[in-house]
Amino acid sequence: MTDRALAVVRAGALTTVQDLGRPGHAHLGVPRSGALDPSAARLVNRLVGNADGTAVLETTLSGCAVRPRCAVTAVVGGAPCAVTVDGRPAAWGAPVHVPAGSVLEAGPAVSGLRSYLGFAGGIAVDAVLGSRSADLLSGLGPPPLTEGTVLPLGRPQGPLPAQPAAAPWPRPPAELVLRIRFGPRDDWFTPEAPATLASGAYRVSSASNRIGLRLEGPPLRRAVTAELPSEGMVLGAVQVPPDGRPAVFLADHPTTGGYPVVAVVDERDLPAAAQALPGTPVRFAPAGRPGQGSGPTTAAKCRNPRRPGW
Amino acid sequence: MKVLPVGDRALLVELADAPEAQALHAELLRRRAAGSLPPVREIVPAARTVLLDGLDAPAALARQLPQWTVPPLPPRARDVIEIPVRYDGPDLAEVAAHWRTSEEEAVRIHTAAEYRVAFCGFAPGFGYLTGLPEQFAVERRATPRTSVPQGSLALAGPYTGLYPRSSPGGWQLIGTTDTVLWDAAREPAALLTPGARVRFTAERRR
Repeated sequence: MTDRALAVVRAGALTTVQDLGRPGHAHLGVPRSGALDPSAARLVNRLVGNADGTAVLETTLSGCAVRPRCAVTAVVGGAPCAVTVDGRPAAWGAPVHVPAGSVLEAGPAVSGLRSYLGFAGGIAVDAVLGSRSADLLSGLGPPPLTEGTVLPLGRPQGPLPAQPAAAPWPRPPAELVLRIRFGPRDDWFTPEAPATLASGAYRVSSASNRIGLRLEGPPLRRAVTAELPSEGMVLGAVQVPPDGRPAVFLADHPTTGGYPVVAVVDERDLPAAAQALPGTPVRFAPAGRPGQGSGPTTAAKCRNPRRPGW
Repeated sequence: MKVLPVGDRALLVELADAPEAQALHAELLRRRAAGSLPPVREIVPAARTVLLDGLDAPAALARQLPQWTVPPLPPRARDVIEIPVRYDGPDLAEVAAHWRTSEEEAVRIHTAAEYRVAFCGFAPGFGYLTGLPEQFAVERRATPRTSVPQGSLALAGPYTGLYPRSSPGGWQLIGTTDTVLWDAAREPAALLTPGARVRFTAERRR
């Protein structure tokens, strides 16, 4: 057996293998999947010299620990957390040398929700439909990590970048501002629905997962109560189930659905959504009604502040 | 035809009925193959809509779409996929009773129709097949099953479907097939892709 592998020592609450997903198969009922915070996944890959689409580990709240069987360069990024190698503090958000047989641990997230572990060469499990991502809706790709899971590592792809420490990391949001464009089914709701959505009275629900960011707050009332025939769904769709509480579709969302979509969140705001803890206040920022075009939005001013380094 | 914007990168095209949606889907695939469609990441047909996702300039396409001449779907554009089925599902008797007929006659009705995959969804390779005459539509089960076996042939509303793998499900189960519906190593991975024509043949019950 190859030495280019790592063993899972502590799997954490939910740790999965993710790359940039398997778009292009939605017509077969295959979700897009992929890292929920693709900006963070890209950054950890760049910092270890990998191509953007290389597979990384995505943790949930409590981090994870792995023991590589070979010396490997790794980066832990995304949600800030303590990083250790064999118990000794190591850098977060920058390349770390992990000797063969040592334990690399990403601790619980200090802020945010999902940390990413990138390894030079990447996680080299078999690809399914062109992607190594674990899709938790349909079960495609590798199952979530458990203690003892052994994952193959790929060969390092290139030299480490010269000045990795200057990489900017977005701070997980204190308030999640999601720019939206109304439609395609906003006319299925009462005229109050847009104001309700923009009121800022929502919070991230603990029932959120890789399929959707579920929200607690005032229900949206339907003006049309007929059943909607199944229609195609997009990433960021704000779907409203019968209880009226909106949910924002994330990477593992179903490809078709029968609940009306009142609005769609700007894809650029979804990485922040992936880092929002349960209880985080959520405000939807409308970018104009359909047909009125999407002009500049005030939401751009209150986006997540970026901080240099960590 | 109604063209609805979906965010900044997608369009939902709403048609009058399922045959119109299937005809537009076929036309979109023709134009994409001919290189006359702007780049698009996903073309997702559904009950009476087609979603175009991952467009660079959705507004331009939204203006052009209503000008298109979309020919009706030719009835025999593709070969028929024959799927052998054992009509041994636990809900066959209930479905037959709902149709006010015998189980044998229910099987005859279901095998007499020719089906078309209107769209996929719910799970990879799960096709929603239309073609069963309207009067044979059935309700979903009041309580979904926690586990429906792989290969189950099932009915709900106007649709016939086959479970590519075991999963929870609320459809009425009328039979079973050994045909492999999903194989990630195959191209395409799904046996039943939108637009495919399907017939079911009755195998002896085991």
